Amino acid sequence: MIKVLKNTGMLLILMLASITLIAQEKEVEMADTMRSNGRIYVVVAVMLTILLGLILYIIRLDKKISKLEKEN
Amino acid sequence: MTEAKNYMYRPWWKITGVLLLIYTFIAGLLLKVPALPALQETIRNLYFHVCMWFAMMILFTVSVVNAIRYLRNLDIKYDIYARQFAIVGIVFGILGYITGAIWASYTWADPNKPVYNSFSSIARDPKLIGAAIALLVYFAYLILRDSIQDIDKKARISSVYNIFAYTMLFPAIWILPRILPSLHPGNEGNPALDVKNDISGNMRMVFYPAVIGWTLLGVWITTLKIRISLLIEKKLTS
Repeated sequence: MIKVLKNTGMLLILMLASITLIAQEKEVEMADTMRSNGRIYVVVAVMLTILLGLILYIIRLDKKISKLEKEN
Repeated sequence: MTEAKNYMYRPWWKITGVLLLIYTFIAGLLLKVPALPALQETIRNLYFHVCMWFAMMILFTVSVVNAIRYLRNLDIKYDIYARQFAIVGIVFGILGYITGAIWASYTWADPNKPVYNSFSSIARDPKLIGAAIALLVYFAYLILRDSIQDIDKKARISSVYNIFAYTMLFPAIWILPRILPSLHPGNEGNPALDVKNDISGNMRMVFYPAVIGWTLLGVWITTLKIRISLLIEKKLTS
């Protein structure tokens, strides 16, 4: 019985140890992706702003033309 | 055609196009791409540069269909459609050409020499010359149109020329560049469409929505131009 308890205890300790290992590995990986991405999210934000700005402009044009069509 | 039935006035496809473009910009920059020599991260240009040409081809196809519709019905409306689709197609073609030039100067050019030293080898690439010929033929379409005063004559001659310009696209950008050796990828088959040994599945997940998104944006701009032209037309005839 004691042997079984010892074994399960050992197993638990090992599992916990591996969990912290996984967690650590993830952390390291996160730092790597951020570094390899090199602030790519800034570029995404800038490009999206330009795209949305142009699209808002087209929407405005669309509305203006619709108004002209109604007047005629 | 009544306004209620015309797709030009429906918002759903415009919203679809915008959503697809937003997806393209986010996924196109953030999703993983295969690491290839020389190309590296520039492979993401597939979602932008190549889509310009796809959109151009689709817009030109719509243009020639409307030119044929004009010749069948002699309804001036179709001539307006054909002209505006052609001009937005040209805009996309020019954008494709410029983006291609930027891309090539960082991937085809010899990195040890200044870019202008590699210019002669890049500029004689058959795909570039073919694309230039195709675009010039379409420039001529605009010049031909605007040099004729009479509205009916203008519509008829330019519709016939539109068909000629469209057929010129095929030898210029589809056939000739594939016969000749080229630096440009896609000589062996359909660039970016070959399922077996071309771009990875991950990239296709962005590429196809990107093509649809860019094309819808082009169509949206075209419909705005068409609506203005129709308004002017109405004012002139009333």
